Amino acid sequence: MLSVQLTKRRGEFVLDMDFTTPTPGITALFGRSGCGKSTAIALMAGLLSPDAGRVQVDDDVLVDTVRGIEVSAHGRRVGVVFQDPRLFPHLRVRGNLEYGSKRSASHLPHPVRFDEIIGLLGLEPLLARRPHELSGGEKQRVALGRALLAQPRLLLLDEPLASLDSARREDVLPYLERLRDAFAIPMVYVSHQFDEVLRLASRVVLLDAGRTVANGDIATVSRHPALRAIVGPDAVGAVVSGVVERVDPSGLAQLRIGDALLSAELDAAVVGQRIQIQVLARDVIIATEPPRALSVRNVVSARIVSITPDVGRNVLVELDVGRTATLLARITARASEELQLASDMQAWVLIKAVSLRGHVFSAPAR
Amino acid sequence: MLSAAETDALTLSLSIAARSVLFNLPFAIAVAWLLTRTRFAGRTVFDAFVHLPLVLPPVVVGYLLLVLFGIRGPIGGWLYESFGIQLAFTSTGAALATAVMSFPLVVRSIRISLEALDGGLEDAARTLGAAPLDRFFSITLPLITPGILAGAVTAFAAGLGEFGAVITFASNIPGETRTLPLALYTALQTPDGDSLAARLALISLSLGLAGLLVAEFLSRALRVRLGR
Repeated sequence: MLSVQLTKRRGEFVLDMDFTTPTPGITALFGRSGCGKSTAIALMAGLLSPDAGRVQVDDDVLVDTVRGIEVSAHGRRVGVVFQDPRLFPHLRVRGNLEYGSKRSASHLPHPVRFDEIIGLLGLEPLLARRPHELSGGEKQRVALGRALLAQPRLLLLDEPLASLDSARREDVLPYLERLRDAFAIPMVYVSHQFDEVLRLASRVVLLDAGRTVANGDIATVSRHPALRAIVGPDAVGAVVSGVVERVDPSGLAQLRIGDALLSAELDAAVVGQRIQIQVLARDVIIATEPPRALSVRNVVSARIVSITPDVGRNVLVELDVGRTATLLARITARASEELQLASDMQAWVLIKAVSLRGHVFSAPAR
Repeated sequence: MLSAAETDALTLSLSIAARSVLFNLPFAIAVAWLLTRTRFAGRTVFDAFVHLPLVLPPVVVGYLLLVLFGIRGPIGGWLYESFGIQLAFTSTGAALATAVMSFPLVVRSIRISLEALDGGLEDAARTLGAAPLDRFFSITLPLITPGILAGAVTAFAAGLGEFGAVITFASNIPGETRTLPLALYTALQTPDGDSLAARLALISLSLGLAGLLVAEFLSRALRVRLGR
């Protein structure tokens, strides 16, 4: 368990965060730029002293201002991958990778091994190179390996993909997924890109203007009103997870979510795989009777949980699907009135299978 | 090719300049670090004090050294009585005077390097488990090497030509403190010394040129190594 309570005043800005999240696994620290994410990272890593607070990773208390505990940054074993790779220019890739491992305690029960990291991150061909000879994505992979080889008890990733263009990001993301699945190291992933969060994290802490406004599993936080304000109305959509039950030769996969089956075009889906997808609220249609003879692939029975006002003349309808997942649908207030939608009402949701595409991500291993 | 007196002056100049650089570096690195990385009361006065040799007449520096490090001076007396070390009128004293004169140049060069250094790299080292001293020697020092080298080469070149402070503190003793510029000055004071003076001037000129070329070569090699 990672538990963080920290306050820090910097001029006008006050960071006051408080969250507890299970370990291992990736917890995303999500918020718009300027919400205090980087300050949070610096505080957790010990690069900055908090005004007050407490940080605990599993059984180890790293900060407790009440008891006068503040482990130094170099004694903390909290690794950081910064936005810019910060590789040491006077050392080759191998020297950079070994910098932390040389300084880490050798008596750890399950150390991250050099060969393992080299293999996972594909660093073998880069070992003899100097940092300035690497591409942006390669640099970030080296930075990741370097941080892990220092045997961190907690790894902080401060928007590690922000300095890369979208093609380079695609180069690095699969490596992050592999690391997440290969090591039991708790990670905090700071980002303001929800698609990265969706792809990597199982838990989300929402930070707004220096405060923790939501904290929970990604499905719950994906429906949180504070998140809507951050990502904007077009990106609002519930995250649901399911298991791939069948894959058609055409590439259409059947995703089991509780009692319901959703078909989605999932690239490289494997039967049995657990998958986390986001269904955008604007792509969901509600019917009050079972519809017939439609081209829409996904017609799922659902129960209306709540109806709340949304931007413009719209409402957001929360629907329970298959008793294990909750979807969000954006419809006009007028449609809601005409259909006489109400809480607890039986309804059918229609999602074009194709519209799931682009929001498909492989899920974290549980 | 060179007469005994010329060889003496040349080797003495080289040795005094080299020793002055060695004296200088540890203190200059420490002072540059203090001036860039710390805030303390009296920092501005300290900064001005470090730069004094740039603006004071060298003779004044030599005089002050004589007062402090002379055999009856507070530091010089202690050194002589405790360790039998005499600085005034010795080649070591000449190196000290040269070091004091070039000190601000070295501090300046190292300071520029320190200021240009990306503090993020040191932060990264911290998160990788490097304690302060370890961090300084493994990250900071290697990265400011270009500045240190540039400072050292400048100080060495300037040290070859230091005149006022040396002659005042260490006098003009053949084979002990008579460096190239002092030998040149002496030659000019001597009847028929014109050709010797010209030869000494030529030696100084070649040395200076060689120094500049070495400095340029070193900085290029370093830039390639650090990828800038």
